[in-house]
Amino acid sequence: MKQAICFYFHVHQPYRIRHYTIFDAGSDHSYFNDQTQFADTNNEFILSRVAEKCYLPANRVLKELLDTYPDFKASMSITGTLIDQLEQYAPHVLASFQELVATGRVEIVAETYHHSLAFFYSRAEFEAQVAMHRQKVQDVFGVTPSVFRNTELSYNNDLAYWADKAGYKGIITEGWDPVLGWRSPNFVYRPTYTNSIRLLMKNYRLSDDIAFRFSDKNWSEWPLTADKYTHWLGAAGDNAQVFNLFMDYETFGEHQWADTGIFDFLKSFPEYWKNSRKDRTFMTLSEAIDYFDAVDTVDVPNTITWADNERDLTAWLGNAMQQQAIQAIYDIQDAVIQSGDWQLIEDWRRLQTSDHFYFMCTKWFNDGDVHAYFSPYRSPYEAFTNFMNAWHDVKFRLAEKGFVV
Amino acid sequence: MLGWELPPHNSGGLGTACYQMCKALSKQGVDIEFIVPYTASHDDITFMKVTPALPVTARAIKKSGMAYDNFKYTYVDGTVKEVGMMAHTDNYVKAVESIAELGEFDIIHAHDWLTFRAALRAKEISGKPLIVHVHATEFDRAGGKSGNPMVHEIEYMGLLLADRILAVSQLTKDIIVREYDIPASKIEVVHNSVDIDAYEELDPNNAYNYLARMKQDGYRVVANIGRLTVQKGLYNLLLAAKEVVARAPKTLFLIVGSGEQYRELLQLSADLGIAQNVLFTSFQRGKRLRDAFAIADLFVMPSVSEPFGITPLEAIIYGTPTLVSKQSGVSEVINNCLKADFWDVNEMANQITAVVQNDSLRDELLLQSYAEYVKLSWDAAASKMIGAYEQHTGLVGAR
Repeated sequence: MKQAICFYFHVHQPYRIRHYTIFDAGSDHSYFNDQTQFADTNNEFILSRVAEKCYLPANRVLKELLDTYPDFKASMSITGTLIDQLEQYAPHVLASFQELVATGRVEIVAETYHHSLAFFYSRAEFEAQVAMHRQKVQDVFGVTPSVFRNTELSYNNDLAYWADKAGYKGIITEGWDPVLGWRSPNFVYRPTYTNSIRLLMKNYRLSDDIAFRFSDKNWSEWPLTADKYTHWLGAAGDNAQVFNLFMDYETFGEHQWADTGIFDFLKSFPEYWKNSRKDRTFMTLSEAIDYFDAVDTVDVPNTITWADNERDLTAWLGNAMQQQAIQAIYDIQDAVIQSGDWQLIEDWRRLQTSDHFYFMCTKWFNDGDVHAYFSPYRSPYEAFTNFMNAWHDVKFRLAEKGFVV
Repeated sequence: MLGWELPPHNSGGLGTACYQMCKALSKQGVDIEFIVPYTASHDDITFMKVTPALPVTARAIKKSGMAYDNFKYTYVDGTVKEVGMMAHTDNYVKAVESIAELGEFDIIHAHDWLTFRAALRAKEISGKPLIVHVHATEFDRAGGKSGNPMVHEIEYMGLLLADRILAVSQLTKDIIVREYDIPASKIEVVHNSVDIDAYEELDPNNAYNYLARMKQDGYRVVANIGRLTVQKGLYNLLLAAKEVVARAPKTLFLIVGSGEQYRELLQLSADLGIAQNVLFTSFQRGKRLRDAFAIADLFVMPSVSEPFGITPLEAIIYGTPTLVSKQSGVSEVINNCLKADFWDVNEMANQITAVVQNDSLRDELLLQSYAEYVKLSWDAAASKMIGAYEQHTGLVGAR
């Protein structure tokens, strides 16, 4: 029996809303086009910075690993909002992703095109976005995804049931202890109320050692080497089949800068892992699902996510502003769709991206710890104000077309 | 301690700040004699001695007129005379001199320019160290201009000759360094705070019946409380109000306070065509003051230059979130408030409109800012001040 590493990288950038005021609403319909030099809401600028620091060097390392080790594999999800921005601002970066997928050993994972929370508000809109993403992935990468992930790895029984019916062979979420109980995330599971679909759950301790703690000099395990990390994985012995190492792709070079040694870690890890035992290998998500049997069922009646200590949606929907803002978006859904105006519909969808609601989160801002999470805005209130002004403009555009909502 | 006013005989935030600060200092064992330039009863103050500074020839000094303007002297011979500000500070100096000669104190702590000349004389006579505490400079009062050169000169002498300077905010410290050429190392920032116990419970029947009724019909109220003077930036608030009312017609602006700009602002609201939406109430205290804070959905402090600004904290106490100018010290202690440059009328209008159109923004702002506010206390400020006392008197542990 093999023992596998399942690397899964989430690759995403939202369309950030510029400083959009009540004076813009009704007169300037572009929300995402901040051209200000070096501004945190200048999407082109942010994309080029992330590409230089993360996407290009990380893709180079992955390509090197794929060329060196015939059984090196990984999985990735790339949102539609990022693919659009890459096509517009950095086609050469998109080409480097295409090169990885073309090896046949990097699997693309399905999700909503706009990285939205539509599943929880509108099933029709959710399905439309999943279909859009599927089409985009086929157009850009020539592959059809068979494993699904929902925004922020949000997950519950309903979602698993939906994904099963939709024909996916797998779905992924957080390996959260209250859900797993005594069980380990290092196995394949089956969601309750389903038959054919399988569930892979993130090993958050081992994942976060890389994604969050890698450069933390106050961490007792700093510095983390590939050698040491392989020892930790080995400690599970045979009591593990698959190590689900799920993280944001921006971990490499953006969250952990190059000078922390993160790229060297990634580059040298496969050598240590493969040499540590003969049966150790890498698999894509769907390979792991095909290879290993489900050991048990997992019941998740309440929504979990991969975020914060609470592993819930409160970072996106925890306060009244966030709830009102997202409700406002889905309240106008029918009119937006009926308008048949594709630019309007696309703008409305870009406003659904979960990042907008995350920027309105107040639960950390309170402590003056404004750097506890990343936001391009000075305050959650500013994020809310920009968002609602853009929403007012969407309503204005609808009204111009005779749709009064 | 040399001060200018204490509540209830105060005309603004300076008196409130001095009162609450002394209370906290006294709690930590500091023995204070507070010298005010008028005669009035302060019987309710038990934690320190309040002494009126009277020239030998005078029997009583009453404040008269608006704000910091005039004083009515009653002399020993029975004559009564109105005395202007400069003559009054001359008299304050003389009265303080006679107190200083007794020398029954370890350190002199003086608040703002009005007391600086007296403080310098007290230092000269007694040889005791002097700490000057800056709540506002002439630069602030003049709305970011140099202001009255005589006042500027008095401030400069006080700042130069003091042993240590306490500033109510980083903003004020920066102004002292920039406008008065004082080395930054001599200045310590001691943020003002609020004493929750000093505030009375709200009465369920708000004094502003009309506003309460309008709110039931979907109106929202934006309030400012402060002197109607150039420093407070109300001109720009009214310009913003016009933009807000154009987009959210059910918005009312409540302007509480008096001052030399009153007629100008009234005229402006009419010229802008928003007179129906702007209500002037003149100066209020007590229940009407509390209720003004409480009735509002948003409190706006658009000051051109506000060394600290206690009113936004008072608004939070009474359940109203705030928008403050970035040119204010209070924005250094509260994160969960809206902020705009005082000159950025459109941005101010943008943010006010967002609040009056979205109750969820108002409610979340309040919830979060209240959580920050309850962590504030004068105790930390008092400890810093005592640290400065110890450093300059050598009386470590004297508290």
